[in-house]
Amino acid sequence: MSTRVFGKPIRRNEDERLLTGLGSYVDDISAPTAVHVAFLRSPEAHARIVKLDVSRAREHPGVVAVYTHTDLGEHDIELPLMIPHPCMPYPKTQRLLAHDEVHYVGQTIAMVVAESRYVAEDALELIELDYDPLPAVVDIEAALEDGASTTHTDSPGNVGAHLEQKVGDPDAAFREADVVFSERYSIERSAGMAMETRGVLADYDARRQELTVWDTTQAPLTIKGSLGSLFGIPYNKVRVKQPDIGGGFGTKVMFYPDEVLVPWAAIQLERPVKYIEDRIEHFIGSTHERKQIHDIEVAATADGVVLGLRDRFIHDTGAYIPYGIAIAQVAATQLPGPYRVPNFSVEFTAVYTNTVPVTPYRGCGRPQACMVIERVMDRLATEVGVDRVEIRRRNYIQPEEFPYHRGDILFADGLPVTIDSGQYDKQLDLLLETIDWEDFPAEKEQARAEGRYLGIGIANYVEGTGLGPYEGAHVQIEPTTGKVWVATGLTSIGQGLETALAQVAAEELGVEAHDVLVVTGDTQAMPWGVATFASRAAVVSGNAVAVAALEVRNKALGYAANMLEAATDDLELADGKIFVRGAPERHVTLKQVAIASNPLRYAFDDDARAATQFAPARRADGPQLPPGEEPGLEATGYYSPPHATWASGAHAAVVEVDIATGELTYVRYAAVHDCGTVINPMIVEGQVMGGVAQGIGGSFYERMAYDDTGQRRNASFMDFLVPYATEVPAMRLEHLETPSPLNPKGIKGAGEAGCIPVPALTASAIDDALSDLDVTIRDMPLDPCSLKAIIDAAPTR
Amino acid sequence: MSSRNVTVTVNGSTFEREVEPRLLLSDFLRHDVGLTGTHVGCEHGVCGCCTVRVDGEAVRSCLMFAVQADGAEILTVEGLAPAEGGMHPLQEAFKECHGLQCGFCTPGFVMAASAYLDEQQRADLTDEEVREAISGNLCRCTGYQNIVEAVKLAAKTMYGAS
Repeated sequence: MSTRVFGKPIRRNEDERLLTGLGSYVDDISAPTAVHVAFLRSPEAHARIVKLDVSRAREHPGVVAVYTHTDLGEHDIELPLMIPHPCMPYPKTQRLLAHDEVHYVGQTIAMVVAESRYVAEDALELIELDYDPLPAVVDIEAALEDGASTTHTDSPGNVGAHLEQKVGDPDAAFREADVVFSERYSIERSAGMAMETRGVLADYDARRQELTVWDTTQAPLTIKGSLGSLFGIPYNKVRVKQPDIGGGFGTKVMFYPDEVLVPWAAIQLERPVKYIEDRIEHFIGSTHERKQIHDIEVAATADGVVLGLRDRFIHDTGAYIPYGIAIAQVAATQLPGPYRVPNFSVEFTAVYTNTVPVTPYRGCGRPQACMVIERVMDRLATEVGVDRVEIRRRNYIQPEEFPYHRGDILFADGLPVTIDSGQYDKQLDLLLETIDWEDFPAEKEQARAEGRYLGIGIANYVEGTGLGPYEGAHVQIEPTTGKVWVATGLTSIGQGLETALAQVAAEELGVEAHDVLVVTGDTQAMPWGVATFASRAAVVSGNAVAVAALEVRNKALGYAANMLEAATDDLELADGKIFVRGAPERHVTLKQVAIASNPLRYAFDDDARAATQFAPARRADGPQLPPGEEPGLEATGYYSPPHATWASGAHAAVVEVDIATGELTYVRYAAVHDCGTVINPMIVEGQVMGGVAQGIGGSFYERMAYDDTGQRRNASFMDFLVPYATEVPAMRLEHLETPSPLNPKGIKGAGEAGCIPVPALTASAIDDALSDLDVTIRDMPLDPCSLKAIIDAAPTR
Repeated sequence: MSSRNVTVTVNGSTFEREVEPRLLLSDFLRHDVGLTGTHVGCEHGVCGCCTVRVDGEAVRSCLMFAVQADGAEILTVEGLAPAEGGMHPLQEAFKECHGLQCGFCTPGFVMAASAYLDEQQRADLTDEEVREAISGNLCRCTGYQNIVEAVKLAAKTMYGAS
């Protein structure tokens, strides 16, 4: 009669407050005495500042302070390099406020603090800024040419990082191959575009030396550690809270200038200081991702078995490289996808450009890698004369080959790539059934007879998820409410973690998920942990919660055995009660055990009084809290994965191309997703569907456009087209559960997956729709204009 | 800047405030009235996060000045649920269908959908109709499908044969 909640589509604990307007996002935190920040941002992509005069702004009524880099003193710093790597010859990170040279449109130059945001923006107009423009680097290929101007005038070139990795013997593979070809594929710049922009509110209590920061960050513990060391405030007096957050998508992991400057100003002014980024600032001040150009050579047998790949790619890192080589490295390791590919080399060059810095956005290099390998598979199918399904089957890693060691290529966790489990053929079978693959040719023919161009596309991916080093969880049975309290150091970013982690704890403790209170993103509730990124929260934090909850369960059974004067083995735990098997009337509630576990009992309610009627929770003749024991019914547990666990998926779509206008419509969409053991299928489906919508944006609408001078050409939602409900099709989803052997719960990550294969399958579907024409899509995303141009340029086959 | 007097009814209560003419209705609701359920996502009228109902109509409160709302009756997400407690059928349906994730766009969707349902007053909404009706609101988390399901479910709850 145990309560089974793990694996069920339980409705979310967080929904009611969010639906009734009672969510608490950073800008909702009440701070009536707060002053407000606006930033002067660079209007030029690359320029030398020759004059910066803020004196008139300082005199403007309502202005509290105006800061430039000269006001920052010892805090006039460059932001930290989050992930160093020896392959970066001159790693560049951003200053809090620019010195004499600016490197992208949007870079922070001066900070105005005023009684309202309106007044702060008024004062921006009064700052005198003169500058000498310098040549802007925008095109990543031109940036690598001899004599190219440089993004940073003090650097010898534009190479941010360069790395070559090799598995097996690719040269031998090319010598032995029957089929050899090369291709060039590219993917454009995009961004996460959470509906909530970033924001920071900081409050400093000078008398108590306590700094409290509310931040839209995915990594409050990183912010806490950084602010504590920068400002010399005792570690335990820096509290960083991520309240409700309006989406993360990786963009909110980064460490931004305002995340230091706002707390710094709060300390200077001894007043709460608030900064809420506006949407235009988000377009030019928060990070982007995706731009890569791949040149790939392919070696295969006449049967279409890939023997080797050689890939060289250029990765746009923008003006700085704060996150090191993470994106390029993930792209490199995920290039072979679910396929064996015994020999391959991959060489990448990360290039500085005078554009918004690039850091991971949901997918993190995988949509690019997936686009490359899946386009290669489509081409190879044509080369050897089999269909797109068969070519994939001939190359899949088979179930008996797991764990599959890729060889000496290192993943983002610094460990060799080892794919732990998967069922790629079965996954594809399920997909083909779900999208009605067999029936499609007739459907296409019928449509063609009506003058409509339908096409079908498929794509597979694998995704290394659940990176270490670790996460922790504190689980407690509250002695006052009897509810389960779970605190973890990472954050919910809207994906439903409050419910998923509640389900994990509820399963171990025999309670309902809605009786579990989960707190995330409060550094004072759980001071150890990492952050939410890389599809790791459910894997790493989920297992940590399970570890802690199991310890609480065992403690509870031990105490209850004493209280009920029974043997632990004779006890069962269900529905919030511990009872003697076969005699359910002999029971104590978890709340009563929690009360009894504390030697100091307050008879404050009926349960407390009832708890005194049982035998003591501890049998000891000495002190009431014997050495080594702790009061309360609680435990802290940690989980550290041996290495990444590899989720997978296969998606397909039927699209219609209007050859007169270049418009693309997704007619239907199917996705099969395998994230190991599922905690809550409803939440996983939500993650996949949301990812697909983002992938559709990244395939046909969204493109961060820059002109040759480094000016953003579409920095608003009027021009950067995030898909609405009318652009996203109905989706059919299927789950496949191949448990991870790496962690006790069998969980793999699910957060990023949905967006990964969409550009690849969209390209494949467009090729298919335009099979009458000689069209191969090599560059994504498209839009009606670019697709129309391709159609018009195509010779009729 | 000279101030103007504004009197509005929000969720049944009357508020009188001195405001600058340039104050956006969204900022007025959030910071002067203190109802932070109305969210601001773009301040240029595209995302729909700030949608409220002004005299019954779904309106983007970031595209309106507070002074333009003088004398108006405004309904925000905080006022949607019945006074006797619980949630509005739309809010219940969003929870049941998992029509929200981060929740930031949600009040805007709920308010836009509530205006649509009040106008349609029928249970048999198609997917296409609902997608068109909510096509003034952006969501970055859900992929919309569960929002469509939620609006259809709410229509059935509110107007279906019992």
